[in-house]
Amino acid sequence: MWNWIQKFSSPKYFYDMSAKLIPWFAVAAFLLSVYGLYLGLFVAPPDYQQGESYRIIYIHVPSAWMSLFVYMVMAISAGIGLIWQIRLADVIAAASAPIGASFTFIALITGSLWGKPMWGAYWVWDARLTSELILLFLYFGYMALQASIEDQRMADKASGLLAIVGVVNIPIIHYSVEWWNTLHQGATVTKLDKPSIHIDMLIPLLLMALAFKLLYVALVLVRARNEVLYRDRNRRWVRELIESL
Amino acid sequence: MSELGYQKKGMSKRGKRKMVVALVLLGVAIATVLALTAFEENLLYFYSPTQIHDGEAPANRSFRVGGMVVDGSVQREQNSLAIRFDLSDNANVVPVTYSGILPDLFREGQGIVAIGKLDNQGLFIADEVLAKHDENYMPPEVHEALKAGEAANKAAQTLTN
Repeated sequence: MWNWIQKFSSPKYFYDMSAKLIPWFAVAAFLLSVYGLYLGLFVAPPDYQQGESYRIIYIHVPSAWMSLFVYMVMAISAGIGLIWQIRLADVIAAASAPIGASFTFIALITGSLWGKPMWGAYWVWDARLTSELILLFLYFGYMALQASIEDQRMADKASGLLAIVGVVNIPIIHYSVEWWNTLHQGATVTKLDKPSIHIDMLIPLLLMALAFKLLYVALVLVRARNEVLYRDRNRRWVRELIESL
Repeated sequence: MSELGYQKKGMSKRGKRKMVVALVLLGVAIATVLALTAFEENLLYFYSPTQIHDGEAPANRSFRVGGMVVDGSVQREQNSLAIRFDLSDNANVVPVTYSGILPDLFREGQGIVAIGKLDNQGLFIADEVLAKHDENYMPPEVHEALKAGEAANKAAQTLTN
């Protein structure tokens, strides 16, 4: 088992394998999001309260879900890197941070554009919006630590610990709309009850969520390959790779 | 033999790191729970009419109240933006006055949040009104059908009574 993990987490093996996987994930993400957006923007019915404006959920909600998902991937990878010292896990964590930050940023911006016409304000300091903003700062903090510490092992340790500490924010974001009175609505889909959304509106939303997940896989693989090359720039396999070009 | 020794040493080191990560996570989680409990009140985005009724809302200071606009309570003044309505959480009611532009979603039966102060008579004078939409998403036809169904149910109940 241990040998198996070591083989699959060897940077060289990962570098070769991921090259074959990326196009599949990228194409699948593209096709699914075209189909999902078509269904969401043209086929799904308008909302009884919000009319056409609600259609921003097809970007806002998948981005917000991904902002939490990518953070968990980053924190778990950082934890694996810290405890078992698997170098590829640190690479995945470092490669995930800017992607997660981008999803968080998109969720905040689309929410703000939606908030103005619906709520009457671009921004309010309620528990959901504030905790999501803290998530963005956690991503920035991780990236800043990675960039500012010269020694890669120390950088992984420090930023990894920050990522793990930040995990407490994840349940706070998710349950903020239940624990406190917020202007942000409660959960529509991610709850134990039946989703409070019409099936014709739900299907494009789930398609978009899947498309965003596939997009993340493609992006994180691309970024992780670069990261692996950079970190192993003085190792033999990278030198051989360069010479063979 | 030497490999066993190496593994044992490696395991305990790894175990130690596991402990450190677990303890850090536990410590931060406990600290966060304590902090959030201590600041509970400041994390409330708005007070409900019942909380105002029970005197939990701050006096002489601006705060937010949230609730449903009571059906049939909206009174608009002619030739001005002034509006008066009742806000309810199905237990207590707070009367609100406001003068200004309302968000698109403002209507009777809608959940809203108003920012302002309570005067001596218990009237809430709002400086800003925000609309809150709920977690339900459905086409207008379905909403109509649901309302019609509800009305039919009510009618049937009154008949059987």
